[in-house]
Amino acid sequence: MSERLTKSAARNIFYGGTIFFLVIFLGLTLHSHNYIVNESTNEDTLTESVVAGKHIWERNSCINCHTLLGEGAYFAPELGNVWVRYGGKDDPEGARDMLKAWMQAQPSGIEGRRQMPQFNLTDRELDELVDFLKWTSEIDTQNWPPNEAG
Amino acid sequence: MKYQSQKVALYYIYGALALFAAQILFGVVAGTVYVLPNLFSEILPFNVIRMIHTNALIVWLLMGYFGAAYYLLPEECETEIHSPKLAIIQFWLFLIAAGAAVVGYIFGIHEGREFLEQPLPIKVGIVVVALMFLYNTTMTLLKGRKTAVSNVLMVALWFVALLFLFAFYNPSNLAVDKMYWWYVVHLWVEGVWELIMASILAFLMIKMTGVDREVVEKWLYVMVSLTLFTGILGTGHHYYWIGTPGYWQWIGNVFSTLEVVPFFAMVVFCFYMVWKGGRDHPNKSALLWSLGCSVMAFFGAGVWGFMHTLSSINYYTHGTQVTAAHGHLAFYGAYVMLNLAIFTYALPYLRGREPYNQQLNMWGFWITTSGMAFMTFTLTFAGVVQTHLQRVLGMNYMDVQDQVALFYWMRLGSGIAVLIGVTFIIWALVVPPRAASVRAKISQPAE
Ligand code: HEM
Ligand code: HEM
Ligand SMILES: [Fe+2]
Repeated sequence: MSERLTKSAARNIFYGGTIFFLVIFLGLTLHSHNYIVNESTNEDTLTESVVAGKHIWERNSCINCHTLLGEGAYFAPELGNVWVRYGGKDDPEGARDMLKAWMQAQPSGIEGRRQMPQFNLTDRELDELVDFLKWTSEIDTQNWPPNEAG
Repeated sequence: MKYQSQKVALYYIYGALALFAAQILFGVVAGTVYVLPNLFSEILPFNVIRMIHTNALIVWLLMGYFGAAYYLLPEECETEIHSPKLAIIQFWLFLIAAGAAVVGYIFGIHEGREFLEQPLPIKVGIVVVALMFLYNTTMTLLKGRKTAVSNVLMVALWFVALLFLFAFYNPSNLAVDKMYWWYVVHLWVEGVWELIMASILAFLMIKMTGVDREVVEKWLYVMVSLTLFTGILGTGHHYYWIGTPGYWQWIGNVFSTLEVVPFFAMVVFCFYMVWKGGRDHPNKSALLWSLGCSVMAFFGAGVWGFMHTLSSINYYTHGTQVTAAHGHLAFYGAYVMLNLAIFTYALPYLRGREPYNQQLNMWGFWITTSGMAFMTFTLTFAGVVQTHLQRVLGMNYMDVQDQVALFYWMRLGSGIAVLIGVTFIIWALVVPPRAASVRAKISQPAE
């Protein structure tokens, strides 16, 4: 390595540069935070029920089988757009009933097919979960996923 | 070994190896459920298996870093650990917290964000462990000699703890939640953990090649600068599709592509030092792990990371088996191999013996590394097929999975190879050699 670069100069570049990039990053995330809250998600529809649904999602660790907006495990289908896939945009009642019926019918027990556990959720919890998935499907994700298959 | 208190590292190394074994076993179980999906589905669902696999991984890697720090700080600072007793208490607390977490997971007690599933009391326990560690090591650093290796390592470990605090923040807005989740996950593996990697590799190079410390430490600062200058804004590659603004596509594309540079620099660094040093260190297996680490990290993180980091590609591959392929080789190459390098180097000194069981250790290296490489190939093929069928042609997820079933069988096969290789490695590190195979006495470190 070049003789001209001394160790203490290298050290100063490291600390100075890191602070520089950190400040930019923090500024951008702050901006993004506001963007999410005001533009890409709908805080008005972020009801108590949606929040409760998020907690049910977490309590049962759905993320360790499914992806949600492409993050999570790859063992089961993407659920960020499951509301759309089930036709929720045209027929919200129908989609809600189908999603709830799906949850209640697990595990399928079909030989050779991946199994989803039975989480024994109450009717109300199922509604909250559906509300959460519906809210999630309405996030502006720059048009991801490419198609309904998720 | 020059300082008595370095011995506390032994606890951490053995604890880490035990959790490593658990991680691999659960990995094999997870891989088996992929091909035989009805297995265990009633008693141990896939999400719990996966949680244990990934959490055991993270915890043993952290435990390894703690051990590495306790081993190298006395030599770097030229003083004993501030309180060896505190270090031992810290170890047991950490191990108990990890054990309690696993038992809890099996009984369905967990939180629900990927990798951060630890229940609140366990998270608090982790913070307490981190504080004990940081107090102990910082006191050691303050009273002793300050080198670039120890400074960078300590800065990194402080930030590992600070960033973990974001694990306590779980906003109800999912998009906000996701944005800060990456503060822990990305800024760990592509930020401060990379600093740990660079500083431990620098330590190993100083010790094993005999190259002048001044040269190594200048390189160290350059490598860690490259890491953070690219890695911090490189977080943008996770902010493409989660509700964050579109400008992250530009930032993510540019900076995460540049993230390949520090990984390449680490390869050049390691090979150049070994070449320049021209010294024949008796611990050949430790050298093999060190060089292997830089190379496999370059492939796993650098090449496999770049493969899907451009937003126009990531739009299609996001959240497919391509991600799983990259996750495996990156974690293995960078952090698993790093820990095994420092364990292989330190154990002979800690136990006052020759660098024993070298042959077996090197067999373990080649079998495990080949197994992980093959696993990465199979998952990459599965991911490419999945991307085409599902993301381009719009075929239903479950139907696509049936199409790639063969790759999952091959993943399981390579997983079993990894299991065998890991058995060799752990055996070579833990079981003492027969007296007959004792070789020439290990030479003292370069300094
Ligand atoms: C040693 C360093 C690295 C490790 C341990 C690592 C590990 C991982 C893991 C585990 C994930 C999946 C996270 C999830 O569950 O969603 C991931 C995602 C990703 N990584 Fe890395 N990574 C490393 C370095 C890199 C680098 C250097 C790049 C780019 C050049 C990169 C590009 C990506 C991208 C683009 C994703 C998102 C994939 C998706 O959209 O599904 N990674 N990484
Ligand atoms: C016996 C070898 C192994 C097998 C069979 C195995 C299998 C698996 C499986 C089935 C998953 C879940 C993927 C999914 O959600 O669909 C997984 C996840 C994961 N494994 Fe392994 N694994 C093995 C070894 C390892 C090793 C050695 C490492 C670390 C170097 C590792 C790191 C990970 C990570 C980071 C994830 C999360 C991936 C992500 O979210 O992208 N595994 N593994
Ligand atoms: Fe990343």
